[in-house]
Amino acid sequence: MGKYLLQRILFMLLTLFIIISITFFLMKLIPGSPFAAAAKLSESQRAIMEAKYGLDQPLPIQYFRYMANVIQGDLGISFQFSNTPVTDLISGRIGPSAMLGLQAMIFGTIFGIFLGVIGALKQNTWIDSGSTLIAVLGKSIPSFVFAALLQYFIAVKLGWLPVAFWRGWEYSILPTIALSIFPISIAARFMRTEMIEVLSSDYIVLARAKGASSFEVAFKHALRNALIPVVTVLGPLAVSLMTGSLVVEKIFAIPGLGEQFVTSINVLDYPVIMGTTILFAALFIFIVLVVDVLYSIIDPRIRLSGGEN
Amino acid sequence: MESILQVKNLNISFNTYAGEVKAIRGVNFDLKKGETLAIVGESGSGKSVTTKSIMQLLPKSNSEIKQGSEILFDGKNLVELSDKEMEKVRGKDISMIFQDPMTSLNPTMKIGKQIAEPLIKHQSFSRKQAMDRALELLKLVGLPQPETRIHQYPHQFSGGQRQRIVIAVALACNPKVLIADEPTTALDVTIQAQILDLMKNLQKKIDTSIIFITHDLGVVANVADRVAVMYGGKIVEVGTVDEIFYNPQHPYTWGLISSMPSIDADDDELFVIPGSPPDLLNPPKGDAFALRNRYAMTIDLEEEPPMFKVSDTHYAATWLLHPDAPEVEPPLAVQKRQHKFRGNNHTEGDVF
Repeated sequence: MGKYLLQRILFMLLTLFIIISITFFLMKLIPGSPFAAAAKLSESQRAIMEAKYGLDQPLPIQYFRYMANVIQGDLGISFQFSNTPVTDLISGRIGPSAMLGLQAMIFGTIFGIFLGVIGALKQNTWIDSGSTLIAVLGKSIPSFVFAALLQYFIAVKLGWLPVAFWRGWEYSILPTIALSIFPISIAARFMRTEMIEVLSSDYIVLARAKGASSFEVAFKHALRNALIPVVTVLGPLAVSLMTGSLVVEKIFAIPGLGEQFVTSINVLDYPVIMGTTILFAALFIFIVLVVDVLYSIIDPRIRLSGGEN
Repeated sequence: MESILQVKNLNISFNTYAGEVKAIRGVNFDLKKGETLAIVGESGSGKSVTTKSIMQLLPKSNSEIKQGSEILFDGKNLVELSDKEMEKVRGKDISMIFQDPMTSLNPTMKIGKQIAEPLIKHQSFSRKQAMDRALELLKLVGLPQPETRIHQYPHQFSGGQRQRIVIAVALACNPKVLIADEPTTALDVTIQAQILDLMKNLQKKIDTSIIFITHDLGVVANVADRVAVMYGGKIVEVGTVDEIFYNPQHPYTWGLISSMPSIDADDDELFVIPGSPPDLLNPPKGDAFALRNRYAMTIDLEEEPPMFKVSDTHYAATWLLHPDAPEVEPPLAVQKRQHKFRGNNHTEGDVF
């Protein structure tokens, strides 16, 4: 297991390196200069600014300098907020995003799995149809539409929850719901399909033949076996939460990473774009590892190779 | 001898898109205390459906046990029990061994827990007591190194070992009736013999009655006290193992016995029963076997034969046993066997 993890972490670092390189050159393909928007700068002042940040150097030199800094943990200094290191910008903003993402992930998967399980247990009844309807709606309505609907009905019309901003936990409820609708629908669909499959397998008949009640059959025997495909989609789901949060944060005016990321792309704040991308990429790679470890916990037949087993 | 389980007038249908499939059409039998009753028949004859209905394990959504069907166990009609009441019977009084040991154990649960589960449920054992008993059971079914293996998962065992574990699960609560649904079909021949020996030994030890479903007549001769032959959702012949093997009366049983390969037979070709099983969507009017039966008479196509008594233990549903029926010559293989039977009663083992 230890050997396996070490191997995996080395590959993760390699993946991260490739992602950083590709993003760096892609970003440089965006036309314009970060200082072009500031119209007050004269031609020579702009040249001085570019020289200060090393933007006058040839691209390969910029790349190697950047990489050397990244390896030392230095993500550079933001262009738009002068003298603020990117690491400070990110750590100041990561709180709300992480909280939203985590809440949406937990709520989304648990509620989605629950919907899928009852859909499978009450197959072809109105409960099943209801669970399917929620899943289809969740998959077909974009999260920003859903966010706007929530704002209008729950916050404006009913006044139960705040419309926007980030001043306490109750401010996170609507954005969490808006974000989790997608994981809910994915988890519900996968769970239902897999649960129906598992419930018709021989070992479930044997469990019933042992006298297990339908509750015990569903939760002690079937659930764990049906979880594997759901766990498989959790990784991509986590990414959809990260990218989905870009829009949702903007709609709810939440001072999170997503909002900052969008602004940075608009003003070509290279260091912040790079820093946020590295963070997202690292998170994603990490989640993929977590999913693989979860596999082996859920299903004893899956052993992580490289280990002693 | 006292009956422990009685099946009376069992009728089961499956509702499909094509219509109502009458899978079981009036099955009657009883299981006596301590005996092994083998139910034989080809695929689709209704063996598994009959036994699944005893456990009430048929899918409720598309199957229907008809009014008037009775499965009497311990003074109760199992057909009429609620789900909750049935849960108390399953695994405790009646338990089951399935055909394919590779798929009948939960792959994500340690085997010890799977054996302990019915004990905790039915005997209100503590977790510790149940695990101790599980260990005993594993020793009983002859699993090597039970102390370490009890903590392993099913994928760490071979097919034969898994079937031993399934047997341990089934025997956990000392059931009064054990239903074995082709328990050796998925195993190779040497392992088959081991599992059959194991079941015979265990039956003596824990004094249980066994319903043994199989389509392998060799296995029947090895384990059964009595045999019921099923065809087209009905029992067509029932008798002691000697009566069925050495004095069969129904042409279908003749066919089954003639199609058994034999070491001392000098014929080059293996006998087969022509045709295919009856369509149970529209069951034939008369004897379901008539169209495949070269001894069929006109009445076979028009009226279903009742059960004719051959001896106190032997019954067969064929018009050939009617007093007015003409004498027919059974196939050669059967004639040879009948000759042996008349010459020497009880040639095979001591039955009853």
